[in-house]
Amino acid sequence: MTSVLRVIADLMSNVGQSGLHFFARVGRSIQFLLTLFRALPSLLPRPDLIIKQLYSVGVMTIVIVLVSGAFVGLVLGLQGYNVLVRFNSESSLGTMVGLSLIRELGPVITALLFAGRAGSSLTAELGLMKATEQFSSMEMMAVDPFKRVIAPRFIAGIISMPLLAAIFSAVGILGGYFVGVGLLGVDAGAFWSQMQNSVDFYEDFMNGVWKSIAFGFTSTWIALYQGYDAVPTAEGVSRATTQGVVNASLVVLALNFIITALTLETN
Amino acid sequence: MSVTTDENSASLISVRQLSFRRGDKVIFDNVDMDFQRGKITVILGPSGTGKTTLLKLIGAQLDPDQGTIHVDGQDVHKLPQSELYELRKRMGMLFQTGALLTDLTVFENVAYPLREHTKLPERMIRYLVLMKLQAVGLRGAAGLMPSELSGGMARRVALARAIALDPMMIMYDEPFSGQDPLSMGVLVKLIKDLNDTLGLTSLIVTHDVREASSIADYLYLIADGQVIDQGTPENLAKSDTRWTRQFLDGLPDGPVSFHYPAPDYMQDLIGQ
Ligand SMILES: Nc1ncnc2c1ncn2[C@@H]1O[C@H](COP(=O)(O)OP(=O)(O)OP(=O)(O)O)[C@@H](O)[C@H]1O
Ligand SMILES: [Mg+2]
Repeated sequence: MTSVLRVIADLMSNVGQSGLHFFARVGRSIQFLLTLFRALPSLLPRPDLIIKQLYSVGVMTIVIVLVSGAFVGLVLGLQGYNVLVRFNSESSLGTMVGLSLIRELGPVITALLFAGRAGSSLTAELGLMKATEQFSSMEMMAVDPFKRVIAPRFIAGIISMPLLAAIFSAVGILGGYFVGVGLLGVDAGAFWSQMQNSVDFYEDFMNGVWKSIAFGFTSTWIALYQGYDAVPTAEGVSRATTQGVVNASLVVLALNFIITALTLETN
Repeated sequence: MSVTTDENSASLISVRQLSFRRGDKVIFDNVDMDFQRGKITVILGPSGTGKTTLLKLIGAQLDPDQGTIHVDGQDVHKLPQSELYELRKRMGMLFQTGALLTDLTVFENVAYPLREHTKLPERMIRYLVLMKLQAVGLRGAAGLMPSELSGGMARRVALARAIALDPMMIMYDEPFSGQDPLSMGVLVKLIKDLNDTLGLTSLIVTHDVREASSIADYLYLIADGQVIDQGTPENLAKSDTRWTRQFLDGLPDGPVSFHYPAPDYMQDLIGQ
């Protein structure tokens, strides 16, 4: 009897401890974000720092976004045609491909790719800078790492994400067009005009843009925080990198559900 | 105890009743130290006693549990960030590992503090950087990336970077480790020359007793969270405290333990 109680007590204390641990981390990451916000104004005179990061965060992610966007578009074309042709409405293929990419797949898949490609390298880079005392040495040179290292990467992430998502959607639509119009014989005029009629600029396009900005914000924040908070060893950095990608992906998916639920409800 | 903290006092850095612990391990227990302006003060102590920790406390990267540290009359742990950063511009620090910025070349690393804190024209920056690199014998390495340097070279580049802004003081963390006899000699002389010609205050943390005593004006011996002896090199050489003798003569046994605190060896081995 007592041993059962002991097991239950142990279990509860374990749960309690990991709960405390979790909330402590959430608290630290929010504190991190606030410090980061305070460092943002210092970027105004230094746009060069942001541009340099736009290259490594954004441009370096373009290829993977192009390739994935194309494949997703091709599959959408095939699957969409397959369903629509049963209802004799294959001319709506443009609508289907356009809406699903712009509203959902573009922002979400780009955000997952972004977390895997750009986010992981941000975490590893910051973790290594911490492990090799580069943050300490900057602080001793009277340079604030938040202003010079973290803030420019954060802004670059927020700017890059919507642009990458737009590229993803555009390439995906071309992929859908290639399969639908090029291979399966959907009328090209119908493909474009149906898409044009049914995709609303504010309801659909801007919805996707806001989503991708929100995803860029959260996944860059998570990636940077994981790197900054990493245990300063090789193992700690590698664990932080994995953790960062996993957390960012889960948060993006959950956030996507919440945003979608909220915006569909108000329609 | 009179705390001398005014800007004209002879000591640039004064540490008073400093206590610091990491978890349960006491690193410093009520320590007092003074570092005289324009002098080279050497801190000797076994590995793991907290020499690097002391430098980080002086640079206000760590906060003490108790006690104060004044640098040039200012309590470093009470300064607001902007004033602390102003003070740090005048404090050079050479990290034990070099801590160079890995995405910049050697040249850009040394130029970094100049670019951040001055508005000097490019020609002037180039001139200053090459001068500092020449002083540490690495002008030829200006174009290399930090990953292409050996440990000893990285530390010399870090030294060039630490003196880039002509600070009022430099803290050297193990400047001699990883140097061959030749660069060691050059480095010892460089530290001495910098100190004398620029009127710097130097603080050297090391285990290299011989090199250190050759240029030190004053020595502190720390172990087990305490200052166990202090004085000029001549005085310490004559000292017959067992601690001092053991450390200066490099004897393995004596009051200073080579071992990190541990349970009894035999008991640990047999597992109970
Ligand atoms: N981040 C840390 N967390 C916990 N303990 C630490 C940390 N850094 C150092 N310590 C502990 O503090 C003590 C002092 O470390 P410190 O690096 O100051 O030693 P040191 O005198 O510079 O040694 P060495 O001569 O080997 O460089 C060590 O016992 C170490 O275990
Ligand atoms: Mg050390």
